[in-house]
Amino acid sequence: MLVFLLLRLTPGDPAAILAGDAATSEQIAQIRASLGLDRPLVMQFGIWIGKVLTGDLGQSFYFRIDVATLIGQRLEPTFALAGLTILIAVVVAVPLGALAAWRFGGWLDRSLMAFSVLGFSVPVFVLAYLLIWLVSLQLGWLPVQGYVRISDNFFLFVKHLILPSLTLSVIYIALIARVTRASVLEALGEDYIRTARAKGLPEMRVLVRHALANAAVPIATVIGLGVAILIGGVVVTESVYAIPGLGRLTVDAVLARDFPTIQGVILFFSLVYVLVNLLIDLSYVFLDPRIRY
Amino acid sequence: MVLRNWSVRIGGGVLALLLLVALAAPWLGTVDPTLFDAASRDLRPGQAGEITTLDGETLKHVFLMGSDSFGRDIYSRVLYGTRVSLVVGLAAALIALAFGVVAGLVAGYLRWLDGLLMRVMDGVMAIPAVLIAIAVVALWRASLLTVIVAIAIPEIPRVTRLVRSLVLTIREEPYVEAAVSLGTPATRIMFAHILPNTVAPLLVQGTYICAFAILLEAILSFLGVGLPPDIPTWGNIMAEGRVQFVAYPHNVFFPGVFLAVTVLAVNILGDGLRDTLDPKMAKRV
Repeated sequence: MLVFLLLRLTPGDPAAILAGDAATSEQIAQIRASLGLDRPLVMQFGIWIGKVLTGDLGQSFYFRIDVATLIGQRLEPTFALAGLTILIAVVVAVPLGALAAWRFGGWLDRSLMAFSVLGFSVPVFVLAYLLIWLVSLQLGWLPVQGYVRISDNFFLFVKHLILPSLTLSVIYIALIARVTRASVLEALGEDYIRTARAKGLPEMRVLVRHALANAAVPIATVIGLGVAILIGGVVVTESVYAIPGLGRLTVDAVLARDFPTIQGVILFFSLVYVLVNLLIDLSYVFLDPRIRY
Repeated sequence: MVLRNWSVRIGGGVLALLLLVALAAPWLGTVDPTLFDAASRDLRPGQAGEITTLDGETLKHVFLMGSDSFGRDIYSRVLYGTRVSLVVGLAAALIALAFGVVAGLVAGYLRWLDGLLMRVMDGVMAIPAVLIAIAVVALWRASLLTVIVAIAIPEIPRVTRLVRSLVLTIREEPYVEAAVSLGTPATRIMFAHILPNTVAPLLVQGTYICAFAILLEAILSFLGVGLPPDIPTWGNIMAEGRVQFVAYPHNVFFPGVFLAVTVLAVNILGDGLRDTLDPKMAKRV
């Protein structure tokens, strides 16, 4: 609802943009009527919400196809990028965070904390260009930008995704590592850790089975909340690396004042965000058997 | 006590320097950041060239950070861009704090409004900040004010939640109870008794918002949906420079470094403030 109202109050006239500079005012009026823009706001909103509930997001002003179809087309690159990013981030951040907490105050701990402050501060696109410059231009290891569909060539698909995912995972790693460190640190101070050590369990087993397992819930929570950052990052990363995904679509739609598309994409992203966090909430049951719904 | 913390010293020091640079930009060997000269296009950093002012006067000028594809001086543009970033960061933080504090006080103190207000806030929080900002900028024509407001809006719920949780603790304190029993009006209790006790955590939160706002402004400009391209902002310089990044990386490099250093300084300052002013929060994070 918020999304709809916000966007319709904009002064830019999509009909005028579509018609181009040479159009007469009659042509513009005709386009406006065909898009349904001449009807009162309340009616436009009523029609929109009714259609959303039946899965119809309307037709894109600019691309001239259904928004739902449009989103479907752009889904693969974005999910691939986000999926690989989450994978990299979790695989790197959780062990690092746990080890940092284990050797609290040591060199790993201090460098990880420094890295996480840095990770929060270096903007995604600055990092993206730094990596492009270093890995693609200087070393020539990976392609500069672009995207290859998974069905076309799996090898090239992965090759094109590595750099964008690395870029995007830095801030995510910073976030997850920080929370992992804090919650493992808290768990390590508990009595059951002393008990586990006292009965002579190997240190690795204490760290993983006892400390990390008990720190799982906050870690899962932050992975879910981090999806908000990830969505913002996807928009930027896709623009830098010229990946034809949902993020790129968002920017194009805003520049073209293509309301149905903007609404559809924002609605879709918000839905994914809420859904991911719901799934994470449900996963608590497995992570911590004490929790029951 | 606060000034003895090294994070505060470093972060604050760098910020003070940047503030100085922003204020003194016209006297630091810069030219008009919007001035372009076709003869001085795409110069490498440190190269000397000429630039013609609007009065028709031709100046010898060393392009410390090179020039862009219009022949504009990157050094001048980056220095003037400092102004925009600092103003946006500060203003967005102040706006988010102002609205968040009022909403948080109301939600925490007037219980009947709490449910409704917090549901609205939850609704806003369900949409990622970048998307809200992009949508708001798309709604109004981008100007300095709309960009600031667009960045501040997604931050309001976070401030509201913080203030509300603080109010819920503070309102149980004996001195609030005493004020209530003396018949003090609700607004006076909120602003004179509760608000002063929320200042330290709010200051810390405000610093983080400021860092995020500077980052978000650059992202919006970089995507081409932020401030109009004729205003020199770090994001705009990078957006214009990205087209020829392969041949002339300095267009993206210098504003990028300034941006990263600024955000880093604000974040370090925030960490330092948190450690000294709000030890309870320091333990939590």
